[in-house]
Amino acid sequence: MRALLRAAWHIAVKDVAIEWRTKTAFASGLVFAVLVLAVLFFSRDPTAVASSDIAPGALWVTFTFAAMLGLNRAFLLERELHGLDGILLTPAPRAAIFWGKFAANLVFVGAIEAISLPLFVVFYDVPIWVRFGELVLVIAMATVAFVAVGTLLSAMAVRTRYAELMLPLLLLPFLVPPLVGGVQLTARLLEGRPLSDLSGWLKLIAAFDLAFVSLSATLFHVVVDE
Amino acid sequence: MTQRDRAVRIARWGGVVTGLAILGLAGVYVRALVYTPVEATQGAAQKIFYVHVPAAWGALLAISVTGVLSIFYLWLKDRRIDLAAAASAEVGVAFGLVMLTTGPIWGKPIWGTWWTWDARLTSTLFLFLLFVGYLVLRDVLTDPGIRARFSSVIGILGLILVPFIHLTVYLFRTLHPAPIVLKPSAPSLPKVMLVTLLSSVAVFSLLYLGFLMQRYALGLLRELREEALASAQ
Repeated sequence: MRALLRAAWHIAVKDVAIEWRTKTAFASGLVFAVLVLAVLFFSRDPTAVASSDIAPGALWVTFTFAAMLGLNRAFLLERELHGLDGILLTPAPRAAIFWGKFAANLVFVGAIEAISLPLFVVFYDVPIWVRFGELVLVIAMATVAFVAVGTLLSAMAVRTRYAELMLPLLLLPFLVPPLVGGVQLTARLLEGRPLSDLSGWLKLIAAFDLAFVSLSATLFHVVVDE
Repeated sequence: MTQRDRAVRIARWGGVVTGLAILGLAGVYVRALVYTPVEATQGAAQKIFYVHVPAAWGALLAISVTGVLSIFYLWLKDRRIDLAAAASAEVGVAFGLVMLTTGPIWGKPIWGTWWTWDARLTSTLFLFLLFVGYLVLRDVLTDPGIRARFSSVIGILGLILVPFIHLTVYLFRTLHPAPIVLKPSAPSLPKVMLVTLLSSVAVFSLLYLGFLMQRYALGLLRELREEALASAQ
């Protein structure tokens, strides 16, 4: 168990360090997120629909698109120069690769979300601090769901010639429950309603996290084994 | 008997089953249109029920079979299981297309709208799209081993995803008619309509089996040919 955690930690640190040195994917992911937030602002009739009405949806569509863009990076990185083969040759257990990539992806997507959230407040003028703690909890729970399935599916998508096309095609159906749940919860939290009003959605996302994190971790070796 | 002969035999029997199913389908249509009474409130539009519901049944059956076969493939690693799973997915997508086109045709006159984001419509739509993705993924992967493993993963994930999407949209809102046959109390459908529906379901199941057998045999023959070509080079 400790060996697994240590190996996973090394893989995650390696990935974050590579990203930290170049910041290419991070910068483009961030600019992309800002662009989506800005474009969605104009996706309404300003005389009929207030920007605050579409704000929760805009936030979550931005998060999912930005996450999808970032998720391919984890394994595309390894495809060049056959990095994954190198990792597979080490005695690190397969599960450690999953958890390492999962953690690095969480850091990556989490960082983009952390910077887009204040921009979201600036653009849409929404009172996120009314229930800030709860909102962060909801974002964290849904992000875990995106990243768990995304890590598994991106490991498959990069093995095809159309990685950038395959990942959204396979991943989007899996993002429906956390995305819809995230939008519903955010809308209610921005209205200042307590979380106890929303236990159905919270339970749904929690169950989704539980099911898909364990399933993705279990099935990962099927994807990377030769 | 060589593997090729066996595949050809499965294809031939699949053809026989499909032929029988198509005859049955003609019988069901005649029964539905001529011998089953017109529904009191919905009128003639309700007739599509005898195609839509069995097609939905066929699609969900096919996709569940793919999911279960995917689990078995990862366990037994037999390439024939993978071919059967892929054949079932393809047939499921075809049935799904029938379901998704007949639904709106009925929905427009009865609901007043082509489409609604109800729990069942949404979950079947996403399931359909996921299995289109499954087929695309199979298409872009050339190595048979990788193709089999990757598509098994999607098959299993899809099986787990359905209840989640269903629950999601259920929490959102619902409009689709409530179950009238598969429910705890007795079916709330006149017997003559129930018989038409159930015979249609039986015919669609037979059609599924016929398609599955032919598609499976085709997959097997294609693999044999690819192997022969590879060894000839």
